[in-house]
Amino acid sequence: MATVAEERLFGKSIKRREDPRFITGRGQYVDDVKLPGMTYAAFVRSPHAHARLNKVDASAARKVPGVLAVYTGADVKVGGLPCGWMLPDIKVPPRPALAQGKVRYVGEPVAIVIGETAYAAKDGAEAVKVAYEALPAVSNAKKAHETGAPQLFDNIPKNQCFYWTIGDKTATEAAFKSAATVVHQALLNQRLIPNAIEPRACIASVSPATGELTLWVTSQNPHVHRLLMAAFVLSIPETKMRVIAPDVGGGFGSKIFVYNEEVVVSWAAKTLGRPVKWTAERRESFLNDAHGRDHVTEAEIALDHDGKVSGLRVKTHANLGAYLSTFAPLIPSYLYGPLLSGVYKIPAIFCEVWGMLTDTAPVDAYRGAGRPEATYLLERMMDRAARQLRVDPAELRRKNFIPKFTDGAPYQTPVAFAYDSGNYEPALRRALQLVGYDQTRKEQLALRPKGRYIGIGVSTYIEACGPAPSAVAGSLGAGAGLWESGQVRVHPAGAVTVYTGSHSHGQGHETTFAQLVADELGIPMEQVEIVHGDTAQIPFGMGTYGSRSACVGGSAIVKCLDKIKEKGRKIAAHLLEANEQDLDFAGGTWTVKGSPDKKKTWGEVALMAYLAHNIPKGMEPGLEATSFYDPVNFTFPFGAHIAVVEVDPETGAVKILKYVAVDDVGRVINPMIVDGMVHGGIAQGVGQALWEHGVYSEDGQLLTGTMMDYALPKADALPSYVTERTVTPSPINPLGVKGAGETGTIASTPAIANAVIDALEPFGLTHLDIPLTPQKIWKAVAAAKQK
Amino acid sequence: MKLPVKMTINGQKTSDEVEPRLLLVHYIREVVGLTGTHVGCDTSQCGACTILMNGQAVKACTMFAVQADGATITTIEGLARNGELHPIQQGFWEKHGLQCGFCTPGMIMTAYQLLERYPKPTEEQIRHQLEGNLCRCTGYHNIVKAIEWAAEHMAGKK
Ligand code: FES
Ligand code: FES
Repeated sequence: MATVAEERLFGKSIKRREDPRFITGRGQYVDDVKLPGMTYAAFVRSPHAHARLNKVDASAARKVPGVLAVYTGADVKVGGLPCGWMLPDIKVPPRPALAQGKVRYVGEPVAIVIGETAYAAKDGAEAVKVAYEALPAVSNAKKAHETGAPQLFDNIPKNQCFYWTIGDKTATEAAFKSAATVVHQALLNQRLIPNAIEPRACIASVSPATGELTLWVTSQNPHVHRLLMAAFVLSIPETKMRVIAPDVGGGFGSKIFVYNEEVVVSWAAKTLGRPVKWTAERRESFLNDAHGRDHVTEAEIALDHDGKVSGLRVKTHANLGAYLSTFAPLIPSYLYGPLLSGVYKIPAIFCEVWGMLTDTAPVDAYRGAGRPEATYLLERMMDRAARQLRVDPAELRRKNFIPKFTDGAPYQTPVAFAYDSGNYEPALRRALQLVGYDQTRKEQLALRPKGRYIGIGVSTYIEACGPAPSAVAGSLGAGAGLWESGQVRVHPAGAVTVYTGSHSHGQGHETTFAQLVADELGIPMEQVEIVHGDTAQIPFGMGTYGSRSACVGGSAIVKCLDKIKEKGRKIAAHLLEANEQDLDFAGGTWTVKGSPDKKKTWGEVALMAYLAHNIPKGMEPGLEATSFYDPVNFTFPFGAHIAVVEVDPETGAVKILKYVAVDDVGRVINPMIVDGMVHGGIAQGVGQALWEHGVYSEDGQLLTGTMMDYALPKADALPSYVTERTVTPSPINPLGVKGAGETGTIASTPAIANAVIDALEPFGLTHLDIPLTPQKIWKAVAAAKQK
Repeated sequence: MKLPVKMTINGQKTSDEVEPRLLLVHYIREVVGLTGTHVGCDTSQCGACTILMNGQAVKACTMFAVQADGATITTIEGLARNGELHPIQQGFWEKHGLQCGFCTPGMIMTAYQLLERYPKPTEEQIRHQLEGNLCRCTGYHNIVKAIEWAAEHMAGKK
């Protein structure tokens, strides 16, 4: 850990250095890139959820003015899209880049049309005639499991891709047998559609001189794209492929994966001998970006006479869509079941998951990825239990908290995770204070006779960031390592370039990583440049997802700095004719202890490293370092969110009166940036609680396929948030950071849902499935009044 | 068939022949080459394409280039003057009103008109006026703060 410098940059809310380009319209997103001779692609997509693909007739399309080529599944000779996470006995359906033989969801790409302009390509796509033979389809995960349900793949009976369990079945059954109270609840965690505001896009260009393919793509992890595409799809050496993810307009998981479009566009660019660009229309984002969540669950919680949770039993049908997206099997398994202990001491948990194939768009990681599903379940069940026991929901949580553990010894849950450090009560206490809990409870009671219904929703959550270590991930089915790379080059005059495997698509790494490096080296931030997002520049890296950039990517950079400082110290000691141990390093200067005049500055040492006129014997010149940091464990942020809402029973409308978030994300590099992530996360979680729902009809038509039908959170429906933090450093990484990218999304859905149900208590309602739309609430209240 | 269009964009005169169906936003991005104006949807919901046309904030994806013939247009690239950021741009920077930056040009152009209508806006007015602009990153909290910052500083300048 760094020594305390005069003025620490670590922990300061520094304005973002990437902002000037964005606020002046000079960002460069994929769709802003224009290459000489560039052509444009449009995709023909299936209008059927399930159909035999009898014939694709492109003859008319080829005659459309400006159309250069049309390719179908029969033309495009590339490998199928790979899945990067295996589970025991999983059945992996083949996933061709363009449909072959059958289509299995609305929007599945069937053909690509290339034109001189985007408009010509779209004209061409409309002229492609496809003969389909419609088949019965199924969109619901549970229905897909029933006998007689439409079959997506002949060799995958009952559409069951995998069955997975975690926990101790026998112990859990025993816990339920001896329970004083058992609460059962069926829960839906609805399908969400990510909707980063920048639609996905790609440009592929093959150099006629070198044969090298350059792919600009909206990616959260350019090396993962390169690895999977080069090795599994295109079968070319990685050295012949460069992936550039320039400015990327939000990801939220949806830009982790390798999709059909970039694969087909890459092949087409090579075949055609001209660069090809494709930019999704929003309609296409709805149909073909990987969706999130979509669980149908039966949950049961057991409590003893003292109101202590003694067991949790969960059965989930997880909808995977028609094909396995890149990390699909991981999300409803290892990122779900192990989270079910939450911040509570629960002696016995058993969770069963059926991974189901349906005629819908593939489902994969969406902000939180498995963890929001687990947290929503657990927090909803805690509230259900509190209601049944007639105890205060905050009190029930407090009673069941895992006691403070901050001395480095982890807390082992019954579902695989060993939490790094935790101190849950102070966050809840502070959140209750900030919201004015007791007072609000009084108001709630006072307002009811006046026909006003206020509800308070508490959610105390745990999050797991930076999946790790690689060996464990490998044993659980990962097709990739989960470390991160960093490289630091000190230039002769002392400026520093940092190459990171992490990728920023809104996270602000150019600022936070520069802050980190400047802080550790004691040099001005202006001397530090951050490079990311280009496989030709950065070392092989894993990218950004799972809130891993600070804890894994940042730690890799720190490891580089340790090596650099060590070499710098040797050079400084040599120049000062002093012992290394006798030097202090602060403010970018090595000083001999006790003689402050004897010193060497950062710039002097850097210059000497490159002049190499006077460095220790046997030392190599130069000053740079590379590190691959593989953490020993996940980190486990936590916190308490409390929402106060008012529900109008006459209209079903929900108004958020107050929202308080007290998070503990470990040490914080830039509080302003962390607050911003928490705000955005809360908004997405509120979206799931109140409005967002990716709805498929029973026969697989997407009914919410535009921004007019899919209700994204808007400014006028959200409040300002109150955010605070407690700080429990993570003992597992050198920075003590935990991760903050997903906490808001994980915590806020149950906070809002619990608040709405709490408001509806006088109507005898104990549960409604999210999203809690006015219509749903109004209907439930009307039905309750009838009784 | 192509039709002639002339506009003044950020003070520069343009004159081109375009297909009648070419959207204004594609004209600005592809023909004129100003890529700060973004496209985020196909149903006029997201506001990423917002520009000022004859002083009004409009969604450039919702009209044809030929409909803007003769118009005076300001895009995000034209907002800063002589290298000095407009107070709204400055406000977004000061208050961390952006993360990925994709919605930002549209937000800023919408805020421009918002502040003309309501020089001293309440939080409610700001949130209501932003109804036609979507941001998936910020949860709007800091966008509101950014516009409040701009309102204060613009008032100070007058
Ligand atoms: S692109 Fe114009 S409103 Fe979305
Ligand atoms: S900053 Fe990313 S959409 Fe607004």
